[in-house]
Amino acid sequence: MHRLWTARRTVTAALAATLVGTIAAACGSSGTTATSGASAIASSAKKGLTVYYIPKDTQNPYEVIADQGGQTALKELGGKVVVSSGTADTAAAQIPSIQAAIQAHASAIVIAGNDPSALCPSLNQAAAAGIKIVAFDSDVNCGTSPSHLFINQANTQQIGTSEVDLLAKEIGSKGQIAILSAAASATNQNAWIVYMKQELKKYPNMKLVTTVYGNDDPATSLTVLQGLLSAYPNLRGIISPTTVGISTAAQYLDTHKSLLTQLTLTGLGLPSQMKTYVHDGTVKEFELWNPNNLGYLAGYAAAGLASGTTSLTTGSTFKGGKLGTYTVLAPAGATGPSVVLGPPTVFDVSNIDQFKF
Amino acid sequence: MSTAVITPTPTARPRRLESLLRARELGIALAIIVVFGLTTLNNHAFAHAASIQQLLTGAALIALLGVGETMVIVTRNVDLSVGSVVGLSAYIVGDLFKHHHQMPVVAGFAVAIGLGAAIGAINGLVTTVARVPSLVVTLAMLYIVRGIDGVIVNGKTIDPASIPQAFITFGYRSLVGIPWLAIIVAVVVAAAGYAMRSFRWGRDLYAIGSNPDAAALAGIPSGRRVFTAFLVSGALAGLAGALFLAIHAQVDVTGGIGYELSVIAAVVVGGVAIFGGAALGALLLNTINQALVATKISSFWNEAIAGALLLAAIAFDRWLSLRVARNLRSAEGAHRDL
Amino acid sequence: MTSDVATRTPGSRRDSVDGSRGRAALRGLLRWETALAGVLIATLIFGSSTSSTFLSSTNLFYIGLNMGEIAIMALPLTLIIITGEIDLSVASMLGLSGTVMGVLFSHGWPVWLAMVAALVVGALGGTLNGVLVAKLGLPSIAVTIGTLTLFRGIAEILLAPRTITGFPPSLTKIGVAPVPGTQVAYSAAIFLILAVVAGVVLHAAPLGRALVAIGLQREAAQFAGIRVNRIKFWLFVLSGVMCAFAGILFTLKNASVSYDAGTGLELNVVAIVLFGGVSIFGGRGTVVGVVLSVAIVGCLQQALTQRNVQPEVQNIILGVLLLISVVIPNGGEAIRRIRDRARRRA
Repeated sequence: MHRLWTARRTVTAALAATLVGTIAAACGSSGTTATSGASAIASSAKKGLTVYYIPKDTQNPYEVIADQGGQTALKELGGKVVVSSGTADTAAAQIPSIQAAIQAHASAIVIAGNDPSALCPSLNQAAAAGIKIVAFDSDVNCGTSPSHLFINQANTQQIGTSEVDLLAKEIGSKGQIAILSAAASATNQNAWIVYMKQELKKYPNMKLVTTVYGNDDPATSLTVLQGLLSAYPNLRGIISPTTVGISTAAQYLDTHKSLLTQLTLTGLGLPSQMKTYVHDGTVKEFELWNPNNLGYLAGYAAAGLASGTTSLTTGSTFKGGKLGTYTVLAPAGATGPSVVLGPPTVFDVSNIDQFKF
Repeated sequence: MSTAVITPTPTARPRRLESLLRARELGIALAIIVVFGLTTLNNHAFAHAASIQQLLTGAALIALLGVGETMVIVTRNVDLSVGSVVGLSAYIVGDLFKHHHQMPVVAGFAVAIGLGAAIGAINGLVTTVARVPSLVVTLAMLYIVRGIDGVIVNGKTIDPASIPQAFITFGYRSLVGIPWLAIIVAVVVAAAGYAMRSFRWGRDLYAIGSNPDAAALAGIPSGRRVFTAFLVSGALAGLAGALFLAIHAQVDVTGGIGYELSVIAAVVVGGVAIFGGAALGALLLNTINQALVATKISSFWNEAIAGALLLAAIAFDRWLSLRVARNLRSAEGAHRDL
Repeated sequence: MTSDVATRTPGSRRDSVDGSRGRAALRGLLRWETALAGVLIATLIFGSSTSSTFLSSTNLFYIGLNMGEIAIMALPLTLIIITGEIDLSVASMLGLSGTVMGVLFSHGWPVWLAMVAALVVGALGGTLNGVLVAKLGLPSIAVTIGTLTLFRGIAEILLAPRTITGFPPSLTKIGVAPVPGTQVAYSAAIFLILAVVAGVVLHAAPLGRALVAIGLQREAAQFAGIRVNRIKFWLFVLSGVMCAFAGILFTLKNASVSYDAGTGLELNVVAIVLFGGVSIFGGRGTVVGVVLSVAIVGCLQQALTQRNVQPEVQNIILGVLLLISVVIPNGGEAIRRIRDRARRRA
């Protein structure tokens, strides 16, 4: 944990300094206004704010932890969180929650989108009603209708590249690999996979043979995994950037240890689920970040936006409670203004027991 | 309404009939071998022992559920609540193990089966005593049980560390090369098949489904029989839940979601005439699923192929029962010249 | 079904279609619809006790928006269930037609043409169901589970894992704006118009009486000259087209489509129809009941969400409502039967 803090603080500080410096240099005489705006930490957030957290569904363990982080954040700020969503991972299940937020005159919505586009009309209505929109975990691609802030758990590109680098290190940068993903339409999965494929170009001897979709369901993940193993008997590595996928695959390898002589598994997993497998050697290392921190930061961002102390302007900063100061990054591609929580943490046998999530 | 999932075939059994009915099960077995063969030609790794074990274990849960569902469907009812029961029982057993590590493995199975049987009993009671159509009852129970599961689970998961190794062994260990899962399913199928043929109540189920009026006139206690069918279906769903926990060593609220349609598909494809049907149907569907990945056909084709297969099976089923009916009529005709 | 045994005894309501029985049945129906109206009022009171804005036009707009497509799918399903069949492929057809429309639109087709193509796909899917059930006589529950899988599978092949967006704003505004001059969502307005048509057909037209006759006693209806198979066939085609239409509305409302649009909604639609008093055995049901059921479920879900009741608990409530909706009508008979049996044994 300690390493994580120091690294992130350094990165954030460096980023902030660079941006401030760039803006100052670029703006010349009007630079003072920009820099003072960028570095000023305005008065604290309003009290009594209500923030609606709308996760993908109300039972996803990863998001439950994130929602708890949000509740901590709003409690510190004297506000409150309402968690509302459906049971199915569909946009249609989230729309009534957005409507409830509008009806309840919520200050802000923090949403993990089940679909990149289908939520935009409803979110736009919420924005028109004065509700600030923050996305986390899974972004929504709505352009400027509405404008929103995306709390990225880690730099999208970095997640993709580090996953490939992690695997390459373990398999000697050589061999066939496959990806075991979640739902075929999940925004975050597809975004990471794009960068994974890019990074693979650096390893000419590693070949991505296929991507299979487990739909974040253990039974489906197991079936596609078994099919994968039958289809590619020479498979050397599997990246599963989803907590359900990696834990299902780990359980299978744990009970079929002979496969481990030539197969390596890595991906994104929850330390609490992966502890057993790391200790018995099934999985050597994997990554994630603290979902609690993600929800916590999203809570502060939402409160800041609703209070007017945070803005979507590139380079502006805000205080993320005990996590420190964060800077808004420029829009890039389909992603709008975003904030990065920090680099992913690599878990292995040396540090996995330190984490409670 | 003809809510019968399978068009029931007449119950009289001249020799030719038996062979026609067997043709169904042989047809499925043949289809499995054909799919397996073609896939192996394309990808030799498919025929390894590990792959075959995977085929058996992958189909195990649906096959198990198929046994109970067959009993229910034979009586012209349907049980849509099985998926929810699997999820609830898996989580409750997991939770028990998490808080009582010393609980014996047998107790885990007993709790699962008991819970499933209790829900099956409710289904059976409401269907037979309140005379509510089973489609409606089990659809309602699907919602209710899944909802109760959600309230109990409340965003938590059961992690592998909570479950005793002895329990998990059933999920992956083999006995002389045959996975325990396959053995358990085979035993259940054999026992159920034997019971359906040899015991009065088993044959009664077919009679009730084939001609409810005649069955009532013949003095068959339909209510009690149908109740038993739902009880068994629920108990097996509970058992499947325990095995789900053993296989995955983790469970959250998504356990068993969508299983009901897979089970009915397996029953439809495999047929109900002879008791191996649903298990074979489950095996065929699972083999196709894995074959598609193994032959590197995009997994996006799975559902469409499964749907086409279902329709073909239903049509074939109908053709078969028409043949049977025609045979019976000619048999009757022969005897009518008195 | 085991219940067939009991209801075939003499004196049962199901036995004949003649006037007196019909009137008795009508009285029975009206009792259910009245009960539903009462439940709706109770739901509205419950809702407004939760939030002062529950009865506001915006909220009613939302309810209509959320329920519109489900409600449209419920109408042909009502007619199909009354004739004694069922169609579980409704939600998959919604997804497939939306997918077809999206894929064609993304290939440069004019959006109107893409919509027509989606409707054609709906007709084709309905024809498949109709041929298998009406012409070949296969059990509709099994067939439509097959087509449910097949349609969803085709949508997956066509579109997974992409999402199509970029539909013209003049059309996607149905997702954010009500019909001008009112606060009714477009899809809800269309549903109400279609419901009136369905109601007239079912209750006032000869075709409606034919549907009820088919559901009550199929053989008798056939002997009476009703073209049972032809009617059932066209009902399935109608269902396909209307679900395709619902798919178009769903796509425009969300301003996007992916292959899994509407997954799992079929059970919701069936539950709503059954809760509306339509008997799963066939031969009994009204459009008014289904409209009330749609309103109740829509308002109740909205009220519960605004009260922040967990969705899992909402599912339990839906399930219990469904159970009650069939136990109560049958309950009286059941108690009588138990009493008779006890008396006989004494």
